[in-house]
Amino acid sequence: MDIPEKEFLAPGHRACAGCGATIGVRLALKMLGENTVAVSATGCLEVITTPYPETSWKIPWIHVAFENAGAVASGVERALKAQGKDDVTVVAFAGDGGTADIGLQSLSGAMERGHNLIYICYDNEAYMNTGVQRSGATPYGASTTTSPHGKESFGENKPKKNIPMIMAAHGVPYVATASISYPEDFMKKVQKAKEIEGPAYIHLHQPCTTGWGYDPSKTIELGRLAVETGSWLLYEIEEGEFKITYRPLERKPVNVYLEAQKRFKHLADEEKEKIQNYVDQVCAELKI
Amino acid sequence: MTSVGATVKEPGSSVKNKTGSWRTFKPVLDKEKCIDCGNCILFCPEGCINKDYDIDYDYCKGCGICAEECPVEAIKMERE
Repeated sequence: MDIPEKEFLAPGHRACAGCGATIGVRLALKMLGENTVAVSATGCLEVITTPYPETSWKIPWIHVAFENAGAVASGVERALKAQGKDDVTVVAFAGDGGTADIGLQSLSGAMERGHNLIYICYDNEAYMNTGVQRSGATPYGASTTTSPHGKESFGENKPKKNIPMIMAAHGVPYVATASISYPEDFMKKVQKAKEIEGPAYIHLHQPCTTGWGYDPSKTIELGRLAVETGSWLLYEIEEGEFKITYRPLERKPVNVYLEAQKRFKHLADEEKEKIQNYVDQVCAELKI
Repeated sequence: MTSVGATVKEPGSSVKNKTGSWRTFKPVLDKEKCIDCGNCILFCPEGCINKDYDIDYDYCKGCGICAEECPVEAIKMERE
């Protein structure tokens, strides 16, 4: 695969060492190119890339509130269309909080109206920017500051909200899941999303050293473990057709993924077994 | 041009902030060992390794992803 050399996210940003979000955005922007307008919801990405009066973005970028990345991206797309600028790509970046919780209604509206835009959710599975509070995308069993483990609790007690499938239910032309640890798979999906007319949604799994509790050098390794254990699946839904884009040769036990992170360290065997059973069930349905 | 809200007119101006000072461990690449796979370039959160595999220490935060993902262990992390 030919990977464009040019970078559209400048260094000097304030992301933690080993940040997965900036890796994802760098790779996405390489494929989208300079003729792109980006919209960011409130979240880590916005805070780390634009400490006023500086910006890391080398393309036009607009920050909006937590809840309206979908609405603002829709407006930008319509305004460009009205000006006859049909060749400009509009992309929205929002975290899992800005997507699964706070921005869900405006995203749903944008998908429903059929705007020609790409929405990329960078999913680190909690509100990392404000101090690791749980979001709808926090997985079962994870300890966060608002779902802490202790005598009365084993951490988050609800399963991860399945946002890509909620997006697919809108009947949009393209929905995909991806991981920063599988860059070619991710970048191919970004390219497809760019070429497709109408709304495209990509859900990008992205480990977070600070929130998940692992050494910064292991960001890519953790993303890989998520996929190799079947905890995160790589697929795309193109015009309603579901396709797995990567199958692990041999699925590893979920334990190796859980034990590598502080947020799951407290889990008793009983809970780990529940997680393994859940993963087995999903993977069996999809023949992974 | 009238400014609306907080406008930043200089693209990529975060380069003024040299994050290299955050670093405790420094990646050092042995170019003899390097097999030109591009992993380190692709996975760097700062995007501060160029196509010739020169690491920009002005921005490298020393996360160590490049050393971890190098398939031939050509990058060693050395204490500053």
